[in-house]
Amino acid sequence: METGTWKVKTGLAQMFKGGVIMDVVTPEHAKIAEEAGACAVMALERVPADIRAAGGVARMADPTVIEAIMKAVTIPVMAKCRIGHFVEAQALEALGVDYVDESEVLTPADEKYHVWKHDFKVPFVCGCRELGEALRRLHEGAAMIRTKGEAGSGNIVEAVRHMRAVMEGIQLVVNASEAELKELATGYRVPLEQVKEIKKLGKLPVVNFAAGGVATPADAALMMQLGAEGVFVGSGIFKSSNPEVRAKAIVKATTHYRDPAIIAEVSKNLGDAMMGLDIKQIPSEELLAQRGW
Amino acid sequence: MKIGVLASQGAFAEHISTLQQLDAEAVPVRLPGELRGVDGLIIPGGESTSISRLMSSYNLMDEITSMARSGIPLFGTCAGMILMARDISANGTESLGLINIRVRRNAFGRQIDSFETELAIPVLGKKPFPAVFIRAPIIERCDSGVDILARLTDSTIVAARQGKLLVTAFHPELTDDLRLHRYFLDIVSGKS
Repeated sequence: METGTWKVKTGLAQMFKGGVIMDVVTPEHAKIAEEAGACAVMALERVPADIRAAGGVARMADPTVIEAIMKAVTIPVMAKCRIGHFVEAQALEALGVDYVDESEVLTPADEKYHVWKHDFKVPFVCGCRELGEALRRLHEGAAMIRTKGEAGSGNIVEAVRHMRAVMEGIQLVVNASEAELKELATGYRVPLEQVKEIKKLGKLPVVNFAAGGVATPADAALMMQLGAEGVFVGSGIFKSSNPEVRAKAIVKATTHYRDPAIIAEVSKNLGDAMMGLDIKQIPSEELLAQRGW
Repeated sequence: MKIGVLASQGAFAEHISTLQQLDAEAVPVRLPGELRGVDGLIIPGGESTSISRLMSSYNLMDEITSMARSGIPLFGTCAGMILMARDISANGTESLGLINIRVRRNAFGRQIDSFETELAIPVLGKKPFPAVFIRAPIIERCDSGVDILARLTDSTIVAARQGKLLVTAFHPELTDDLRLHRYFLDIVSGKS
């Protein structure tokens, strides 16, 4: 009997596929998410829109909040640690969270190294903006990838940009010659074998979700049609006027992402979506996606 | 032979790929109409509450129940097993209530307790099966008509069959071993 293997780490992410992972800050939120059909929740002290508004240093959530959410629901619970903050990650593992998100939404703790995730039994999900970043995170031991988008913006444009960049990167690798593969691996700063694996599979070797800006059922279905295997919804649900209804609608749209009639139906009468931000209006030093490398 | 794979949420693509390796036609099922003409149905792993909500919203529960009652074989893995069980211990998840077992969700603990093991499954022959348990349920009790197919070394029941209904607490779709899917296809074709 062997625990913490690569297969069980990546396998849990495979069980998330076609599902929605929702940010929650209270046990009540977590129950609403579970009832709506979320496949997991992300336990936080503040949703990204509030983290953005509050400013200052954003850190791992208070374990009391995480534990209360773990008690409230039977679905998997994720929690975030700062980029490179391996002690926050160790604490989250000790709490028994099911997945750790090494997240750019929190203030990075290390400007050189991400967490060496192979050292942990708990699996990690990490953000990326393009294929090279995804491969570097995989090399460090991430068992699941998500595109970064721009968290707390309520604007899907960055999520689309990042998902397209990952997919274009994969196509580039698939069509590359032996010599070009070496060049690409050097550019991505990863071992050649990793790039060869992408060429062989024609996809990432782990599950890839979309994140950062999903606010409507149509946003979720858009990311699925662009190649995401599921979606994270952060501020989009609990910053809207009717979280219960919106959460259910996004879950349905993610399953039925190729069915325009269902997407139209579930998009009716959802109330107000979260107020979004024009990415161009966000000062470049405040863009969360540029954290990490 | 056409096998439907419930595609509301979870690891349905892995089941489809495994079935294709065995030359079976595999179709994803998200709506009741897609069940038409299938000779068998797989309910995959995923989150049982999530799958259950999605099944209820489009009336798949009733369709699948009447399908199983009419003798069409079903195979449930992990969350699929939970959804096929008659009883779920201490839980509000709505199940199809098809197979005479009582299951307990997340019976081994949280994700850090998920594990792989070599499992003896006598109906598949002597070679052990590479079983992957992810936040897995167990079968706490089997009632009349249910045959136990596999137990862990501590005798916990993790696979069972009742007539044409097959359930496993683990994920054969995450491994290269095709024997359980072949066994299910034999049930569908009437060979087993």
